[in-house]
Amino acid sequence: MPQQIKKLLIVFTIIFGIFFIIKYALKPKSFGEFGHYRGLAIIENENKQVKYVGTEACNDCHDDIVSYKKEGPHVNLQCEVCHGPGYLHIQDPETNKLIIPSKREKCGICHQKNAARSENNITQVNLKEHNVENKCIDCHKAHNPYEFKD
Amino acid sequence: MDPRYESLYEALKNVHGYIYPNEISLTWSILIVEYPYITGLVAGAFILASLNRVFKIKALEPTYIISLLTAFAFLLVATMPLISHLGKPLRFWEIMITPHSTSAMAIFGFVYLWYLMIVLLLEIWFDYRYDFVIWSREKKGVMKYVYKILTLGAMGTSEKDLKWDKKIGYFITVVGIPSAFLLHGYVGFIFGSVKANPWWSSVMMPVIFLFSAMVSGIALVLFVYMGINFIRKKVQNMPTLDSIGKYLFYILIIDFTLESLDQIHRIYEANESFEILSMLVSGKLFFTLGIMQITVGTLIPLLILGFFQFFKPADKIRRIAYFLISIFVLTGVFFMRWNVVIGGQLFSKSLHGFTTYNLGFGGQEGFLMALFWMIIPFGILAFLLWLLPPWKKAVH
Amino acid sequence: MNLKTEKSSRRQFLNTVALLTGGLLVSSVTKPFNGLLAASNKPEGNEPWYGIGIDIEKCIGCARCANACKEENDVPREPFYFRSWVEQYTIKNNGEIIVESPNGGIDGFSQSVPDEDIFKSFFVPKMCNHCSKSPCVQVCPVGATFESKEGVVLVDSNYCIGCGYCVQACPYGCRYIHPEKKTADKCSLCYHRISKGIAPACMEICPNDARIFGNLRDKEGELVKFLKEHTCHVLKPEMNTGSKLFYNALNQEVK
Repeated sequence: MPQQIKKLLIVFTIIFGIFFIIKYALKPKSFGEFGHYRGLAIIENENKQVKYVGTEACNDCHDDIVSYKKEGPHVNLQCEVCHGPGYLHIQDPETNKLIIPSKREKCGICHQKNAARSENNITQVNLKEHNVENKCIDCHKAHNPYEFKD
Repeated sequence: MDPRYESLYEALKNVHGYIYPNEISLTWSILIVEYPYITGLVAGAFILASLNRVFKIKALEPTYIISLLTAFAFLLVATMPLISHLGKPLRFWEIMITPHSTSAMAIFGFVYLWYLMIVLLLEIWFDYRYDFVIWSREKKGVMKYVYKILTLGAMGTSEKDLKWDKKIGYFITVVGIPSAFLLHGYVGFIFGSVKANPWWSSVMMPVIFLFSAMVSGIALVLFVYMGINFIRKKVQNMPTLDSIGKYLFYILIIDFTLESLDQIHRIYEANESFEILSMLVSGKLFFTLGIMQITVGTLIPLLILGFFQFFKPADKIRRIAYFLISIFVLTGVFFMRWNVVIGGQLFSKSLHGFTTYNLGFGGQEGFLMALFWMIIPFGILAFLLWLLPPWKKAVH
Repeated sequence: MNLKTEKSSRRQFLNTVALLTGGLLVSSVTKPFNGLLAASNKPEGNEPWYGIGIDIEKCIGCARCANACKEENDVPREPFYFRSWVEQYTIKNNGEIIVESPNGGIDGFSQSVPDEDIFKSFFVPKMCNHCSKSPCVQVCPVGATFESKEGVVLVDSNYCIGCGYCVQACPYGCRYIHPEKKTADKCSLCYHRISKGIAPACMEICPNDARIFGNLRDKEGELVKFLKEHTCHVLKPEMNTGSKLFYNALNQEVK
């Protein structure tokens, strides 16, 4: 064997050796546990904070409102749709207040008249024409909108 | 306003039609334009050197070592734009440690290493080994030891040793040509295999990338060769320039034919993406594609080079023309990469609209960064030419 | 060439053809050709295999799903980057298609076309299709995105290098590089919720039950029932991504 090849073989063996040592040292432990990924990533994904807690959690304290809401068309509407995620509020209700939306646009998000919305699906009003001066909740009760305030 | 989003709000104003909301900012910026560009320069320069060695073209001989060193200098930098564009650049090693076998990008790491370590480095080493030995004897001080280390301890200078150098060097060249094809064809595959993007998804992509790589590599060698002669105040060797010009002409014809074929095919087939792509080409890409890539980068060089195949104006005129052509072609191929990478992200995958790309000046993916990675290879080349001067090589 | 050899060569040819055809038939019996399955092919196993159904007829375009997604998953609140968003399609009488999604629909939609010019208008909620032959998983160079055993395509943000190849590979535009984390981000089907037995935030919040999430293996389940009772389509079926997001009443104009 020519000396060039001999010397090159030594160099390449060293390089490959170093590469495999590095590869072994750096490869995450859980890699390849279930497939070509870090098995731990599954747990990391599982452990994220749940923020929308669901109406049952609201019912623990606000059962009056929840049951009142059931009487009207908003029966299937989750509380957190309008009030935002409640995970902080259920831990410490005093410091973490939820949103109480009052602007007309907030109601319009669902109820603004739009040709793309089917009439069968949802009650719609043209916010530009319907009682423009007032807020929706000046007349309608938000939790049961067909009932009106005095 | 959060500076992170400032440019996005700017881009939001320049959205035409409808795009998916995540498409406003381009994920791949100018750095990813540079990555196939630089890789292409490497492959092209190497292929020129190999043609010279395998087919023993006398006129090209002065460019042989220069092409190899140029290819090496650019190859060292080739992955840097890619790495510096990553969201997490310090995690780049994961590509080598846990490569995903179905990912074109992961396998590129190995294609790159194969080419760098097995082909290019070895070829240069076998070419220079004898000179290393000689230089390590002649030089004094630190340099003596530098050259000694570079021999890797293979100090033989007998007739037989030299014969082996030549033999193995030739073998590596023969292996190197398909490797260079693979290296750049593979870069084309990284784009051509993205089925989600109708502008990229084409079987022609690897072939087009390969031939435009050869065009750009030959132009780069032409540029570097003229530049070196100019700096060293040497007379330009006209037969060499004419010869490079001739090869550039031929490959440019093939390249232009292939690219035209790809476009004609798209136009004739007129798939569902045709409308948006034709709007892209005649609108947002008009300057970079119509003017820079096709006119400046292809048609003008083709016309001049074609003219030179039949008429030979005075040497001085040809010299200037060759120098300009090399710059034109290099610019043209850069914009070819631009049109692929940036162009492919300017239209929405919903096929309903366009976004815009604003090249920032500073920052991780700005103009300065791109310029930096373009200048570095020339610095490396200068260093290599100082360390391994081709003009001081022993004749053997 | 004489007649005999010609004949024998022809016979040989016929033999070969017969053999090939027979072989094909046999192999097609043993392994049925299922390339035409639009739905994703389930892997072996008994774990849940999650899919999503969206009923366009029921969607009222409130985009509370998009809003809830942003809240639940720390998606930037700016009008860029969405894991989930809603598009409003309006097809005019002259055939022109207008698609809008201002801030993903979160601030509400307005109809820019007067009613008399509208041929048809509807909302299309978009989110990750959790493809079973997902192009984004295919191209990830390091294995930082993967399909969980339940068929959910997840991102490992502690391992992602942020190369953006997956963003390019997704035909549906559902991925982005998170501007703060600098890694790829996408819908995880609220993996942290479904693994605890709660529905994903967008499903939980939908006021009109237009979104259904369920186990495709559960023949009695809500999702399978939905698929049975409606004519459902996936987006860009020609991409053969094995999408598990099924739309009822999907118009062909939707891309």
